[in-house]
Amino acid sequence: MTTLAPPLPEVEKPAAPPLRTARSSRSPLRHLGVALPGAVVGAVVLAALAPGLLAPQDPLEISLSESFAPPSAEHLFGTDQSGRDVFSRVIHGARQSLLIGLGATAIGLLGAMVLGLAGGLGGRLADGAVTRVIEILYAFPGILLALILIAVYGNSALTQMVAVGLATMPGYARMVRSQVLVVRRSAYVEAARTLGHPPARILLRTLLPNAFRPLTVLITLGVGQAVVWAAALGFLGMGVQPPTAEWGAMLNAGRHYIQQAWWMDFFPGVTIVLFTLSLTVLGRRLQQSTDAGALR
Amino acid sequence: MTTLITVRDLSVAFDGKEVVRDVSFSLRAGECLGIVGESGSGKSVTARSLLGLNGHGAQVTATTLDVGVDVLEATPEQLRHLRGSRIGYVLQDALVSLDPLRTVGTEIAEPLRAHRVPAAQRPARVQELLTSVSVPEPELRARQLPSELSGGLRQRALIAAGLALDPQVLIADEPTTALDVTVQAQVLELLEQNLSAGRAIILISHDLSVVERLADHVLVMHRGRVVEEGPTAQVLTSPQDPYTRRLLAAIPSASSRGDRLSDLPPATITAVPRERAPEAGPVLEAIGLGKSYRGPDGRTRPVVQDVSFTLDAGETLGIVGESGSGKSTTAWMALGLTPPSTGQVLLDGEAWTGIPERKRRSRRHRIAVVQQDPLSSFDPRWTVGRTIADSLSVGQGRRGGARGSAGSSGRERDRSARVAELLEAVGLDPAFAARHPLTMSGGQRQRAAIARAIATDPEVLVLDEPVSALDVSVQAQVLDLLGDLQSALGTAYLFISHDLGVIHHVSDRVLVMQGGQVVEHGTADQVLHAPQHPYTRQLVSTLPRRDLQEAS
Repeated sequence: MTTLAPPLPEVEKPAAPPLRTARSSRSPLRHLGVALPGAVVGAVVLAALAPGLLAPQDPLEISLSESFAPPSAEHLFGTDQSGRDVFSRVIHGARQSLLIGLGATAIGLLGAMVLGLAGGLGGRLADGAVTRVIEILYAFPGILLALILIAVYGNSALTQMVAVGLATMPGYARMVRSQVLVVRRSAYVEAARTLGHPPARILLRTLLPNAFRPLTVLITLGVGQAVVWAAALGFLGMGVQPPTAEWGAMLNAGRHYIQQAWWMDFFPGVTIVLFTLSLTVLGRRLQQSTDAGALR
Repeated sequence: MTTLITVRDLSVAFDGKEVVRDVSFSLRAGECLGIVGESGSGKSVTARSLLGLNGHGAQVTATTLDVGVDVLEATPEQLRHLRGSRIGYVLQDALVSLDPLRTVGTEIAEPLRAHRVPAAQRPARVQELLTSVSVPEPELRARQLPSELSGGLRQRALIAAGLALDPQVLIADEPTTALDVTVQAQVLELLEQNLSAGRAIILISHDLSVVERLADHVLVMHRGRVVEEGPTAQVLTSPQDPYTRRLLAAIPSASSRGDRLSDLPPATITAVPRERAPEAGPVLEAIGLGKSYRGPDGRTRPVVQDVSFTLDAGETLGIVGESGSGKSTTAWMALGLTPPSTGQVLLDGEAWTGIPERKRRSRRHRIAVVQQDPLSSFDPRWTVGRTIADSLSVGQGRRGGARGSAGSSGRERDRSARVAELLEAVGLDPAFAARHPLTMSGGQRQRAAIARAIATDPEVLVLDEPVSALDVSVQAQVLDLLGDLQSALGTAYLFISHDLGVIHHVSDRVLVMQGGQVVEHGTADQVLHAPQHPYTRQLVSTLPRRDLQEAS
């Protein structure tokens, strides 16, 4: 869990003490359930931060004599059509995927915050307008929105982030809005008002953190989802351009050679699955502990 | 008369931890047994044992546990038959005990269905039951959902469900808690009728004054043991056990004014008493306050009409009334959180309502609030210490705040010293500063809430039902604390409660509200001993009889 904290600036750290639960993870199996996905996420984060540490070779080094080599001690995940080491490419691809995953989630959250706060704090008219906008965004197929954006603004990591971020925004916005509505009527916000705190301070120190608390879990799940989205765009050729290593693009490249070189698709695919699965497992665990903590 | 229930040496343990130990009693037809104790004393567990309802984790032992069948030997089949048909169980808290998606009629018919009463007979029986518990318009009520019924009607519907199979014994677990006093009296009356019809009742409550109306015999439980038992009159007039005496003394009433309710030593508070010129006038004044809301049908409904009062420095004004009487709305207007539709509030002689919030903000530290539910009034992310420090950051610069200012770390140290001081003033260990409200008991939370409220050193403290969620014994401690604080700090209290006993105990003057209007206004003794308005008289009649006799 802790491995996720540094690259996620927007995560409101759930204060350590409330996580104390009656059934803290004592049993070895429960421990493994956190350690294993934690290790996977940790490895991916490390790969994204310092790929040189993990990757045995240059991901772009072409060596035609070694093309389509099956997995071996020298090439753990085999090589591709140009003889590039798939293992090294998977490791170097982590940065792209994680960047887009986190960036998209951050953009989605930012937009959601603006929309949700406007809806939750604004009057009836503002709320009506926000709800309509959220509904329209929901109704619009996300991948189509992403394709349009990329078609208009060209292909870059930023466009991808914005595209995926916009697609994930309505879900967060809905959550933020309903949470803000609940928290602003809470007795502790009332207590803060009776102290005479200025509205900005109440908003920043009491309302926002509490409204965002249940979102931490959703964010963990959302990053995984955004990674899949990014890979899907890469697969469609809308992501970063070759020869840069990216998981989705690698899947697309391997598609043509699946008969001869299964490893070209298999390993990037497994990496995506493992990474998103691990994030989901961690998110669920986080949810359980916050639920137990919030139990009244 | 036949003995319906015999219990000898009943003990119940969960995970090896004993929660009930060596409880013995018997119950005959037409008798009422009261079981009294604070929460956690084992009274509900005892009652549930009679029905075999304590679940798999419980180790129940007894030399005799006979309710017509031997509960310890009975098969699950026999136990199911026992529940409802022989012993009816009325759960506490009607709001959560009724399925919100089922009509009241369906809910009452449920035990009939479970005990194979033919479907054709059920509606008639449901009508009969609702009529027997004095629910008006039984046909209509049976078709309504629990959310469409008032608290009192819901509680009656629960009693009707408990009576559905005409059991010989009715167990009522806190049947009146969370009900308004007048409604409470009606529910007790209903139980009394059942009693005179020959049914036996086990009445469980934390409140001795509820039990004394009905019970022939009382068991006082403390930490899983029976500390005292005997005929009700004897236990109440000459209690032998110190715990019973404490419990009796804890009930605020006509005769307890000026006395301490708990046996805790007075809080030691070191503070400079507020200096205020006697001619300075009231600290808080309400003039013709009114509030109305527009309903969904477009009509405006008045919630509060023409409420006027003054509150002098260091004095307590009690507002009593049942839910919906407008007392909380009045408090919220006094706090400047709800703008009044008519009239105005003056704080210290200056306009407090009708001005923009911006202008109120710098004066907000002068008026603080203690809310009914202390848990929800704390930011769940913060420790108690941080919450109180947050409050201090507002009140600073006033009295005692400006001590050695050696940079920010010095201020920090000052602040945590003040937090410790405040916690001690409300009778909490300073170590509580590091605790989260979730891990504290109800009484501890309310103390912390009081510490937060007095941190800004307010002249007026609005207390909105500050003790109604607490057990009688904890309530006694909190009321004592509030009294100590008032005499040390000279804070004026606007005290809101539905309990006339509490109001009379704490207040100098009392405002009785009904339907959004003030129906009576006078000194505490005037209102209690010479009530003018019929509603006040009704309220007074719900007070424990013993007190009125003593007081007159």
